Order: sequence, then C-alpha cells, then structure tokens
Amino acid sequence: MTGLSPQAPLGQSVPDLPAGAARTPHLIAADPIDAYARRQRRRLAILAGLLAIMAAGMLVDIATGPSGLSIGAVLRTLLDPAAAEPGIRVIVWEVRLPAALMAVLVGAALALAGAEMQTILNNPLASPFTLGVSSAASFGAALSIVLGLAIPGLPGNWNLPLFAFLFAFGSVLLLQALARLRGTGVETLVLFGIAMVFTFNALVALVQFVASQEALQQLVFWSMGSLARATWAKLGVLAAVLAVLVPLALRDSWQMTALRLGEDRARSFGIALGRLRFASLLRVSVLTGTSVAFVGTIGFIGLVAPHIARLLVGEDHRFYLPASVLTGAGLMSLASVGSKLIVPGTLLPVGIITSLIGIPFFVTLILSRRGNLG
Amino acid sequence: MSAASGLDIAGLSVGYGARRIIDKLDLDGISASSVTALVGPNAAGKTTLLRSLAGLIPARGSIRLDGRELSGLDPASYAREVSYMPQTLPPRVALSVFEATLSALQSSALTQDIDPKRESLDVLRRLGIADLAMRGLDELSGGQRQLAALAQCLVREPRVLLLDEPTSALDIRHQLTVMKLVGEVARERGIIVVVVLHDIALAARWCDRIIVLSQGHIIADGTPAQAITPAMLASVYGVEARVERCSHGFVQVMVDAVKGDPASAG
Repeated sequence: MTGLSPQAPLGQSVPDLPAGAARTPHLIAADPIDAYARRQRRRLAILAGLLAIMAAGMLVDIATGPSGLSIGAVLRTLLDPAAAEPGIRVIVWEVRLPAALMAVLVGAALALAGAEMQTILNNPLASPFTLGVSSAASFGAALSIVLGLAIPGLPGNWNLPLFAFLFAFGSVLLLQALARLRGTGVETLVLFGIAMVFTFNALVALVQFVASQEALQQLVFWSMGSLARATWAKLGVLAAVLAVLVPLALRDSWQMTALRLGEDRARSFGIALGRLRFASLLRVSVLTGTSVAFVGTIGFIGLVAPHIARLLVGEDHRFYLPASVLTGAGLMSLASVGSKLIVPGTLLPVGIITSLIGIPFFVTLILSRRGNLG
Repeated sequence: MSAASGLDIAGLSVGYGARRIIDKLDLDGISASSVTALVGPNAAGKTTLLRSLAGLIPARGSIRLDGRELSGLDPASYAREVSYMPQTLPPRVALSVFEATLSALQSSALTQDIDPKRESLDVLRRLGIADLAMRGLDELSGGQRQLAALAQCLVREPRVLLLDEPTSALDIRHQLTVMKLVGEVARERGIIVVVVLHDIALAARWCDRIIVLSQGHIIADGTPAQAITPAMLASVYGVEARVERCSHGFVQVMVDAVKGDPASAG
C-alpha cells in the first residue's frame, strides 16, 4: 500500500469545513498520533490502577473474617508461610486465600464472558446471567442435587460442578446453533437467551417442587453463590481456563473492536464473522460454565464489569477486555469483603452481595458518566 | 486500458428466499479511475446490488475484477480488493475516529509494510477531519460520522470502492466536498468507484457514468447526458420532468409533475 498522495486536504478548498488541521496547520498543537499515544499510556495507567485495586481488595478479603487479621499479618503469612504462627497460617492458606483467589478468578471469568457477549451480540444487556447461561447451570445443579445424578468414577464433590458446567456449556451451544442459522440476527439471539432464562427458571422450580426438604435447602444455598466451596483443585482448573482463554480473546481484540462499528462494516473489512462469533461464544461457555459450576450463580458481575471498563477505557478491545477482567476481579473481591462485613459474624452468600451492591453502584456510575473514551 | 481491465458483472442474480431482487444482471466495463453512479427509485435493488458486489450477500453469477473472478474468494481476500460503505452511519460507540479508522486496517492485518497510524492520519487529513481524530464516534454529528465511515473505507486502499448513499447525512457543501474527493481519489489511485445516489443532479454533476436501475433491471446506462432523459424519468420515476444544461454544462433535472396527476404540477 502506498498511501494517499499528499495533496491539499479538501478543507483548504472549502474554507469553513471542520478542518482545523487543513486550514491552520500552525495552530495544531497536538498531532493526533501523539494524542493517541498519550491516551494509550493513560489507559495502561488505568489498567495498572485496576490491578492495584484488585490486589488491595484481595488482601482486605483475606484479612476480613471471624478472626480478624491485620493486613501486615496477612502479607507476612503469604510471603513467608513457614515463619507464621500455625493457626494464622491455616486460616490464611487453607481457608481465606482459596476463597479470595476464587473471588478474583470467578470475577475475572464472568466479566470477560460478559464483555465478549456484549460485543458479539451487540447488546449492552448481554451477560451470562441475563441470557440464561446461569439459569441453565442452576438447572444442571438442581438435577445433580435433587435427583442425585452422578458420573461413575468421579469424586462426589465434582458431580454438581460437572452437571452445572454441562448445562451452561449446552445453553451457549444452543445460542451458537441458533446464531449459525442463516438470517438469525443478534436481536433474535438475545430474545432466545431471555426465553432460556424463563425456561430454565421454570425447570428449576419444577425440580424444587419435587425435591426433598434437605435437597431443596442445598439447592437454594447453591444458587445464591458462595465462595466457601473453593478448593485448590478447582482454583487450578479455573486458572488454567483463564490462562488459555484470555490470550485467545485478546488475539481477536481488533476484530471485536471493528465489530463495534457494525456487522456490515466488520464483514467488509474481511472479518469472518461466523468464525469470530463461534470462537467467542465457545470461550463464553467455558468461562461461565466453569465459574458457575464452582461457586454457583453470581449475578451482575458479567453485566456491570464490562460497562465500568467501557466507561474507563473506551471500546478498543485491547484495553476494554483486560479492563473488564480486572474490574470483575476487583468487584468480586470487594463483594466478598462485603459478604463478611454486612452481618458481622455471618458469611452471606456472595451472589446476594453482588446483586445488592453492584446494581446501585452501576446506576450511579451510568448517571454520572461524562466522556467515556478513557 | 485492456479489455480485461475494470469490473465486469455477468448473469448476477440475487434474492431473499423465493423473492428475486436482481435477475441475471449484466454490466460490463465499470472502469478504473472513474465514478459510476447507481440511481433508481426506492426498492430498485441498488443497495442489494452493491451489497452483492461487496460479497456481503450470496449471489449467483460472475463478478470479475481485471479479468479475475472475485466470487469464490475468501472474505479476507475479497475485502482486500473491495471496500463497502453501508448506508447506515457507524453506531455511536466509545471509539475515537482515529481508533475506528485504525481498526479498519488492524482487524484484517492490512498492516504489512505500512505505518497504520500514519496511514489513518493521512486519510483523516485528506477528508479534512483530522481535528476530529480523538473525538468519540458517540460525540459526532451525522455528517461527521459519515466522513469517519468514508475514512474507514479509504484507508484500506481498495481497488473497488462501493458507497451506499455517502452523502445522505451531509449538507450541500459537504455533499460537494465528498463527491469531489471521491472523484479525485478514484483518479489518483486508479480505483473503481460505484456509488448509490438518490440525488440525480449530484450524480450527473460528479459521476462519469450513470446506471439507472429499476426492479432489478438496468433501464439506462451511459454518460449523464445519455442516461438522464425525460423519457427515462417518466418511465422509471413516473414524473414529468425537463432535463436541461446549466451555464457550466452540467445536466439539471426539473421535475414538473407526477405523471398522470395534474394536481401535483407546480
């Protein structure tokens, strides 16, 4: 490619076009390329800030609980476990660190899933929670709890996550199958997702209706979302999922950015939209399925975190996706802290907190927003 | 120019379901370094033809560029040759004009041997919107967004540029600006420009060739003076109109009445 010839810009031939650069070159203080570089640096600083907030949130999360620890004690125990008092070491390493890490990883996964869904389905209301993926997982969990379904040979405590995962995964594949039907617009997909929410909720209610008292209690608690079920093995699975899928999502980031300009435009740039959508929905299904399987239904992180990220850094997906991930992780950490502080001595299910605190916070943010290019 | 140069369409058929919008359309020698207008009444099939040329909707038949068949190309190779600007404006998203232009290059890895940022800025300067580079698409007027959309097409340096009503959101001066620029770019870079226009006077003033489409068929094809005639306007648009030349020699259309409706006469 050779570039346009350096002819006079049209602004010169038509005097009062909005062409400051053309008419008055000496008045142009900022070269757009420099301004762009400055904006990129500011966005990197915002990402660093989000990372710091997430790390701080995690430390506070570990320090908060029935036996209060100082941040210093937490840091010392994390950095040098051998030197720590055995009681504190057990609390930090066996109880609170897995839960705190689970909060961060689940927040990150749900936020990435929500961010990708909002772009791919071109809908600001898209999220695993609003399009039926979480409901499908709940149904899988309900079947496992109430009917006692189990995969032979699988450790008992992995059956519920597996069923939740399979149903979450299946629901996204169903969305995907619909997307591949010729002529299916994104509006149809969103409506279909909403239909799935109601269908799976009805099915869960049906299972609850026939469930025993004990199974019902277990199911209701599961569906509220709890970080207390974290184990190192589950953390390993979720960390591996994120380690593979975040880079894959970032690899598609320019294409997703172009998709924000409209489907026709993206396709005319040569983007194979079917492949992009398939890859993205596959990532969404694995991210959501794994998260919901391990901690239950966590509402609104997948919806709210991408919106906050968009307000902070705009929609260049090289920044928007990582910002969503870090925002989701930070929000979940703070929600975890909240779940321990709101009723002292009681660990509330974190899913309740994300919904209760997340939404007013989100509405405030939307109402007070100004520029949103980051 | 060799016989194989330019864009040739043969036996092109496009339909939605059972409904045939364009039926076995032939169009020869849409030549490089020129601007060709597609005009016609509403629902004539102009946008459908343009979208099928852009490879966005499946079509039967042959589309050849410089003698090479385009129809079988994969989306990325197709888009390297043909760039399409939809009629709808870019949505109001949180992307700056500069980022949107850049994404037109980066999203399809059209960045070998070039500095994508410099190319993007050059195009914005050429369009006179460099001072809007860092503004968000959600902060622009309709006309400014239309210019931003044109930048996304031009930066890709296509061989064929397809524009669907590129002036619909522009005031008369910006209409002139854009059509003049499109002609200049076509000649500078030897590209083929096909533009759908509703404004016949604008088409006559700025386009080298005019193709009149009605119900998926070509009714007239030639220079503005050849294609725009009172008979064509009567049969295609159903209006009684005069076609005259202004003092600069450009074709002007004066519509006097809707055919068969004397009450509409001015």
